[in-house]
Amino acid sequence: MDGRAAGAAGTRAGRRFAALAAALVLVFFMSFALGRYPVNPADLVKILLSQLASLISQALPDGVPFPSGFERTWAEAAETVTLNVRLPRIIAAAAIGAALSAAGAAYQGMFRNPLVSPDILGASSGAGFGAAFGILMRLGYFGISVSAFLFGTGAVLTAYAISGRSRRINGILAMVLTGMMVSSLFSAATSFIKLIADTEEALPAITYWLMGSLASIRMSDIAFAGVPIAAGLVALLLLRWRINLLTLGDDEARSMGVNTARLRAAVIVCATLLTAASVAISGMIGWVGLVIPHFCRMIFGHDYSRLMPASMMFGAAFLIVVDDAARLIATSEIPIGILTAFVGAPVFVYLILSGGAGNEY
Amino acid sequence: MNIEVRGLSFSYGARQALRDVGFSAGPGEIVSVLGPNGAGKSTMFRCIMGFLRTERGAVLIDGDDIRGLGRRELARRLAYIPQAAAPVFNHTVLETVLMGLSGRVAFGRAPGKAHVAAALETLESLGIAHLRDRGCLEISGGERQLAFLARALAQDARILVMDEPTANLDYGHQHGALERARSLALEGYTVVMSTHSPEHAFLYSTRVLALCGGRAVAEGRPGEVLTEGLLESLYGIGVSLHELSVGGRTVRICLPAGAAGPAAGECESGAAGPGAGEVEAEPAEDGAGPAESGIGAER
Repeated sequence: MDGRAAGAAGTRAGRRFAALAAALVLVFFMSFALGRYPVNPADLVKILLSQLASLISQALPDGVPFPSGFERTWAEAAETVTLNVRLPRIIAAAAIGAALSAAGAAYQGMFRNPLVSPDILGASSGAGFGAAFGILMRLGYFGISVSAFLFGTGAVLTAYAISGRSRRINGILAMVLTGMMVSSLFSAATSFIKLIADTEEALPAITYWLMGSLASIRMSDIAFAGVPIAAGLVALLLLRWRINLLTLGDDEARSMGVNTARLRAAVIVCATLLTAASVAISGMIGWVGLVIPHFCRMIFGHDYSRLMPASMMFGAAFLIVVDDAARLIATSEIPIGILTAFVGAPVFVYLILSGGAGNEY
Repeated sequence: MNIEVRGLSFSYGARQALRDVGFSAGPGEIVSVLGPNGAGKSTMFRCIMGFLRTERGAVLIDGDDIRGLGRRELARRLAYIPQAAAPVFNHTVLETVLMGLSGRVAFGRAPGKAHVAAALETLESLGIAHLRDRGCLEISGGERQLAFLARALAQDARILVMDEPTANLDYGHQHGALERARSLALEGYTVVMSTHSPEHAFLYSTRVLALCGGRAVAEGRPGEVLTEGLLESLYGIGVSLHELSVGGRTVRICLPAGAAGPAAGECESGAAGPGAGEVEAEPAEDGAGPAESGIGAER
């Protein structure tokens, strides 16, 4: 009887994962067909497969035969739109969605608070300042991303280092407080940069950047942010079950033999890499890191061995959909940071009212 | 496994919370730690668990100083059962028990079939296997206490440190939890628990450690050391003890006797209340005046 019950619970979670994975794949490929320039689906498949074939044959050693893909029967523009505009955007949306929701889920467990989002230690406001500073200093496209990433990680390092020196307040509370302090400091610094920025060029660029957008993502951005994001995602997947132990609090986890300080530091490093890299190429995209883990808790429960991969997949699919909406709804792009709230809030309300997918929350 | 606490002292900054506290216990024993709020019970537990670094004195487990044992090794010998307070996230009972196995789950992995089987076995031994898929926020306090106990037992340590196992529980569950502790002791576990009820100490424990103002004011068998005088000085109210014969067994019950005895805190300086002869008199010769006593002080 017990075995059967376990099996039933296992298959139920398995079915939900299968559905989520299918939705992610569907959303990913459907998004290539969406946009102002129409690409017919047959051409789309051929373009993508040909590109894949040419990538594989480049990777193979010389002399190994590999089919070279389809004969070019599509318009040049279709290929450019698919490979240079839509492909980087869809990949970036998936990566950033996964990164922000994984970071949010990890922090919620670590801070033992379901209302925590990835920017709690100042990664987002630090990166926002870095970008504003980069724009003000005319560091150029790549320089702005680097500056954002460095200031994002630097902000968290500062908060972490200060909180570690606190003797009077317990570790988690000290981290929250120093995180708030660092965040507001960098927000104020960003406001100051906006104040002194040239109102014709720099100020609109900063304002638009801070709203968050994937409109100008290029393959080079993905190459830049891909490494920290991939490293953070893989590490959080490896740590996923152990994050459960952090939800117990310091004393209880330590009594079970867990090195909580080391585990927490590992989680902070991962979440910071994910958040700072995401913000560095996309700007501020709020809401995802807070809300997607909630959806996933309702559907998959609170065990991080399921919650973490579920958050990554759900976050990826969600941000792809929102980005599709961002480029389709109006003739001029709507910043995705605005849309995440417009799309996310009604879904969240629905989930709260309907009680999720049968799981007590 | 044996636990021995020797000359334990600890201060929070300038305020000394524990002074030269000691006791020992072995398999089959249940040690009740009694004392008013702020007496140092929690501080002592936190020192025993290695959460706080002791200043003087030592905690020995089977003769090994816990400072020399790694956190993992300590967890294999000593398990902690917190009060049945609600956790933050609604993990299921099975997921909760699996966390007790963290020392046996390889890094980068989640618990596998063997771990689940071990966790289920523990749940079965406590008779709560039917709760396995219930969330810890959806079950009663008594059931949650059992889930935490299961987590500690899954950890496979032979010494159980229970922080007020009866807190937040109704009358039935209080005695259920204590009966459980007794049967675990009979299986060879060593149990150290804190309690606010002298009657629980009489009924269930083999030894008593009374703390007051950070000092051990009495240690020994409950029937011998828990006198009216000691209880009055611990809790600052009049107490009368009565013996009842129930089914051939003599049971001690403890009633508040209205009029206040010596004010709480005076136990520390050895104030001679009526019948305080059994209390180890602690003359304030080390210069620590009553002004510094920790009773009632916030920790």
